[in-house]
Amino acid sequence: MRPGPHTVLERRVTTQSDLTDTSPAGASRRGFLGYVLGGSTLVAAADLGLGRAPAAHAAVPSPPQVAELYDLEDLQTDAARPTANLITITVDDEGRATFALPRSENGQGITTSTAMLIAEELDIDVEDVVVELAPARPELVFNQLTGGSNTTVSTYTPVRVAAAIAKGALLRAAAVQLRTTVDLLESKAGVIRAPGGASATYGELARAAASETTQRVEVDLKPASEFTTIGTPRNRVDARDIVTGAKKFVTDLDVPDALPTMVCRPPTLNGTPRALRNRAEVLAMPGVTDVAQIATGIAVRAETFGQCIEAIRAMDVEWNGGPVDGEDDESVLAGLRRAALPMAVPKVPVLAKTVDLEFEFMFRSSAALEPYAAIADVRDGRAEVWAGLKAPIVAQKKIAEAILLPTTAITVNVVTGGGSFGHKLFPDHAVEAARASKAMGKPVKLMWHRADEPRQGRVHPLCTSRVRATHLAGQVLSFEQRHTSVETDFSHGLGDMLSATAAELPPGVGNLSVAEGIFALTQELPYDFGVVTQLLTEADRRFNTGSMRNIYSPDVRVANELVVDVLAAALRKDPLDFRLQFLKDERTRAVLERAAEVAGWGKAMPPGTAMGLAVHKEYKGSTACVVELDCRPETVGRTVRDAVTGPRVTKAVFAVDAGLVVNPRGLEAQMIGGFADGLALTLTSSLHLRDGHFLEASWDNYFYTRQWNVPPDFRVEIVDAGVDQPGGAGEAGVAASAAAVACAYARATGSVPKRFPINHDDPISFEVKSFVPPVPAAPTNGRDLTY
Amino acid sequence: MPMHTFTVNGETVTVDADDDVRLLWVIRDLLGLTGPKYGCGINVCKACTSHLNGKAFNPCAVRVGDVAESDEVTTIEGLADTDGTPEGELHPMQEAWLERDVAQCGYCQPGQIMAAVAKVKQVRAEGRSVTEADLDEIRNVCRCGTYTRIREAVKLGAARM
Ligand code: FES
Ligand code: FES
Repeated sequence: MRPGPHTVLERRVTTQSDLTDTSPAGASRRGFLGYVLGGSTLVAAADLGLGRAPAAHAAVPSPPQVAELYDLEDLQTDAARPTANLITITVDDEGRATFALPRSENGQGITTSTAMLIAEELDIDVEDVVVELAPARPELVFNQLTGGSNTTVSTYTPVRVAAAIAKGALLRAAAVQLRTTVDLLESKAGVIRAPGGASATYGELARAAASETTQRVEVDLKPASEFTTIGTPRNRVDARDIVTGAKKFVTDLDVPDALPTMVCRPPTLNGTPRALRNRAEVLAMPGVTDVAQIATGIAVRAETFGQCIEAIRAMDVEWNGGPVDGEDDESVLAGLRRAALPMAVPKVPVLAKTVDLEFEFMFRSSAALEPYAAIADVRDGRAEVWAGLKAPIVAQKKIAEAILLPTTAITVNVVTGGGSFGHKLFPDHAVEAARASKAMGKPVKLMWHRADEPRQGRVHPLCTSRVRATHLAGQVLSFEQRHTSVETDFSHGLGDMLSATAAELPPGVGNLSVAEGIFALTQELPYDFGVVTQLLTEADRRFNTGSMRNIYSPDVRVANELVVDVLAAALRKDPLDFRLQFLKDERTRAVLERAAEVAGWGKAMPPGTAMGLAVHKEYKGSTACVVELDCRPETVGRTVRDAVTGPRVTKAVFAVDAGLVVNPRGLEAQMIGGFADGLALTLTSSLHLRDGHFLEASWDNYFYTRQWNVPPDFRVEIVDAGVDQPGGAGEAGVAASAAAVACAYARATGSVPKRFPINHDDPISFEVKSFVPPVPAAPTNGRDLTY
Repeated sequence: MPMHTFTVNGETVTVDADDDVRLLWVIRDLLGLTGPKYGCGINVCKACTSHLNGKAFNPCAVRVGDVAESDEVTTIEGLADTDGTPEGELHPMQEAWLERDVAQCGYCQPGQIMAAVAKVKQVRAEGRSVTEADLDEIRNVCRCGTYTRIREAVKLGAARM
């Protein structure tokens, strides 16, 4: 039996004295401490609460930027460390290891890679590891947030330590049972063998290995040279369920009486409902069971989602306006320009030449293909919620505030999500479902209509980035960047993490605002360009924002790399040679050289087409991308129904050094996806704010990358830097991709694009869907469109 | 409410639903088959792609009242069984998806596979094999951006179909 969270919490309390009076110096170099928890079956936990990792930021001299010495990955990893001992692995009597991962799987492959870590250290098959998603566990504090591509970075050691402790306990039990000593035993594929050939399986040993009392133990981790699972390509653990349609997402769950529920939303952004004028008429519609006014609109519950949609279309609602009524892209941009910080004007010789460019990045929707959805059952003073959530502890708190129940009365179950990209860091869907369930007194299965997502959902903030650089005699003397952005919402926990750790942050960072601090912890210009300053200012807080697959870097790096190309041209250098000359570190240089070589950088390209390249350094790794872009009229003008075509990347090479790679196949998948995002950011996808609302309402308006935009020739190169620390993957593919495409566009067309995506100012190519009713009618002609 | 009888994954079903309810909701909310996903409800994302009498279609855009008793609906759950694949085995396109480890979150993938099978059959019926231009025509959205592996898997699956 697996102990519940509370059991584990108690264990921690009982072992508290151990935690305080033992020095970590007692453990050997590769050695780690942990516990075999008391109980009837084998449960092991890591203890990384003692001391911190080798100090990453003993000093921050001024030329290197903060993020070079201590970055967001370090912050998240340090913040998770004190609670690592609350994470346990259980081995049952069938020899299976179970682990409730306090992170959220949304397609990034962490359940697979975590199973691989456990299998490696325990010497069992990956198939014998069950990785579940833990429900909200408030005692984990900062150790249950999935973001910043940090899962493997922060869990790599604790998970292996817990698995190694479990294996140690199994070996000790085997030594007794097989009448030998631990050092003579060999473990492989879940079986322990003694010299004479006698053996016992983990399943047979699990009970004997369990301890009546919690025991503190020391273990060594397997050296990388002995890895047989880590570093080998593996398919996703849920792949078969996915291709057979068996994988369950929130709306696929069968919770008794949780009927389909949707919300009729206001015509302008963040408007609020005043009254439903035709309640009786709506209640009388086929299938409809309940109607209730909630904070965000009018909720309707029915036998099918289709009937919810019909009911929403029939509603006659009186609305209050929203905070951006009457505003548009240009008025919001004007506000940002007023807020922008001035440049610092570094002292450079009078003969130095200046490059000064400003870029604009429009609003983008971070919605996944699975729309926001949550099941809630709020009755009799308690609540249970099921949702895709990357910050379930925060969700539990917000739900408690919304429905006025103590957090202890609320169970929050984390369900694997159909994509997140930062969207599911926020509990909007879970809070709304809880409100609707409370108002109706019944369980609800609440889902957002697709149209709700771009129009009322989370958006990546609109921002501007001004870069001014000076150069003289072949050297770049200064590089200043002022990034000005609509406020990014960090209420999902990253902000709290930063404030709570403020005292230990590098000098200066603790005094910044949360957003400025996160900017400092993530931004790093990888070039030796003399005086470098990169600063963020936030202005407008009226929007529902979040970070879409990376916080600032794709926009910041597009601006940087375009300026780098302009500088290279001014100094009459090839973009590749120029970068190689000024790049600061070897790892970034290595990925760039690999990508350029594989892509055949420098080959002759026909007029109207060009290659572009870019690099990025973040997440404890480096990336480089080289693309070939076709901007010839016959390509740009090709037509596909209800689509944006435009310039086409015909070939792309993406090189990644993600540190120690747990699953190369998963890493490659993340780079493929990251590229698709970068492509969309630069060429096709944005929201248009007009008259207080976003025009886009579905995938035929919001032009995320589609098959007709994808490069037919795409290659990922994994570069091994020989380091023993894993880096992040989920967001790592986006920035260099977006920047390489932008640079190629500038070279192919001969003009540097200033506003992204490049098609944002084209005439609106779609018919804008109605705002009242807020959801479009379902078509009926599907039989005519079969193929 | 009117009763509707038709075939789903080889079995005859009868449901009690208003004529106007789109087939997607009949399949998901009333019959409890959750393989076809909702991503837009207006026939643009293609997440709900299933087969109607062997051809790809989008049940979010078909009224249940327009489905006849002779109609055969196949969802991802029934693809292998109703496509002549030996009992207990996956359809070659599903196998190709596994081999290329296409899926990330997986939400779009049932629709992608159903679309791929129909696309290959359509191209075959025209006496051709799958080209890059055919792959460009696949309209299914994948917000995780798995497009590159989808292209590889369609070609692989086609070779084995
Ligand atoms: S839900 Fe049917 S096509 Fe999008
Ligand atoms: S795999 Fe996530 S939407 Fe396609």
